[in-house]
Amino acid sequence: MNRCTAITMIATIARLLEGLRHVAIGASSPIPAAGALLARERSAGRMVVSILGSERQNPFTDGGRELFDCAAQGRIDAFFLSGVQIDARANVNLLGLGAPPRLQKRFLGNFGAPYLASLVPHLILFRTDHGPRSLVEKVDFISAPGADGRWLVTDKALLRRRAGRLQLESVHAGETLASVQSATGFPLDAADTAPTTPTPDEATIALIRGPISVSVGEIYPAFETLMRE
Amino acid sequence: MDEPALCAAEALAARIPDGASIVLAPDYSGCALAVVQALLRRPARHLRLIGCPQLGLQGDLLVGAGCVDRVETAAFALGEFGLAPAFDRFYRENRIEVVESTCPAIHAGLQAAEKGLHFMPLAGVLGSGLVALRTDWKVIDDPFGAGPILLVPAIRPDVALFHAPLADTRGNVWIGVRRELMVMAHAAKRTLVSVEETVDGDLLREERAAAGTIPALYVEEVAHVPGGARPNGLFTCYSPNFETIARYASAARTEAGFASFLGEWLDR
Repeated sequence: MNRCTAITMIATIARLLEGLRHVAIGASSPIPAAGALLARERSAGRMVVSILGSERQNPFTDGGRELFDCAAQGRIDAFFLSGVQIDARANVNLLGLGAPPRLQKRFLGNFGAPYLASLVPHLILFRTDHGPRSLVEKVDFISAPGADGRWLVTDKALLRRRAGRLQLESVHAGETLASVQSATGFPLDAADTAPTTPTPDEATIALIRGPISVSVGEIYPAFETLMRE
Repeated sequence: MDEPALCAAEALAARIPDGASIVLAPDYSGCALAVVQALLRRPARHLRLIGCPQLGLQGDLLVGAGCVDRVETAAFALGEFGLAPAFDRFYRENRIEVVESTCPAIHAGLQAAEKGLHFMPLAGVLGSGLVALRTDWKVIDDPFGAGPILLVPAIRPDVALFHAPLADTRGNVWIGVRRELMVMAHAAKRTLVSVEETVDGDLLREERAAAGTIPALYVEEVAHVPGGARPNGLFTCYSPNFETIARYASAARTEAGFASFLGEWLDR
């Protein structure tokens, strides 16, 4: 993914997080981490961001379980999930392709997704390579079940589940309704045109490429390199 | 700089019998990689690994060297480098048994063991395909009337193995806020720890350190192994050597690449 698209995703995520109090970031999530740090910058210090694996962005003192205990109590407002497949109902598959328990291709595993899916009110899905193999009609395995209202941020568009199915909200600069539809493995019920996702201003871009990428670089050095070079 | 104190690490590894179940910390916590090196040299056999809650570099090295029969984990990954290459190969070749889980289920299973219970109820998870995969899990009606709830069995590992920044000569181990290491020590039958530094005195008598300290009561043996988490990082001490990990991530995709990386790494 190129830097420009990553920055659009980061700025879009920051917008979705506006006004929330506690945003938690799990494993393998550099773009959500950057989005959350951007939202925190704009929150005048009201937002707490916790990033798994970070020493500096970590408000927890009770070990690995605390994030999950916190979520079950309703103390975490937002969390992010990606997956090898995301389907039309916003179900997420993190486990692999084929029929478990012997998958044709196993990916990383379920992480905390099966649990957090029903306990965090703002569960935001993301996918950095929007394509027909990742956005499918039906997932091979449900790690995390979908729900109405759920957002999906990709490198091409912003979608949201309404009335049981993901619908197009906006397309990123350079994309069209047709280009996004052809990259999506299920039909998008959208109007003839889709609005364009707002692009961030110069100051926001500088913030993302500067201090935010340095913070995220603590645990995602390749992300920092992409942003700064 | 990736040179651990080998003798102490080997003595610790010698306490882990073949066939043991071992709970391991995730890459961003405290990983006893020098002890893992000693297990690889032996080589250990028929180990059953439990990720607390996920497995990474340590697990992949052990799997790739044929030391492991079974893993129970919420995920198997090399951080930003993605798939754990040796595990991926073994999985494809059907040479390893995998018990799929989710992070809080592993934490809850260890907490049940901590409390001497056989199971722990767990919020969430219902609605995930994982419930059908895990035939050892049970869904019951909450006896207090709150609807269906998941029960997961206790996880009581034979050994908890990890690396920490500091221990005192009495065997108390400082882990700060990395309290998953505390839970691992409470839950396991035996706890083996390598540390960066040992100090005289008693950490439990220091009010500021005591709350982040695992009492020697739970710890069978501490070994002084400076640099014992490398090439992973260690909280409060050093950062991961991403260059080495990247090199491993690409080399270990093939059996030959794995063997050559391992040969070079164990030789140092």
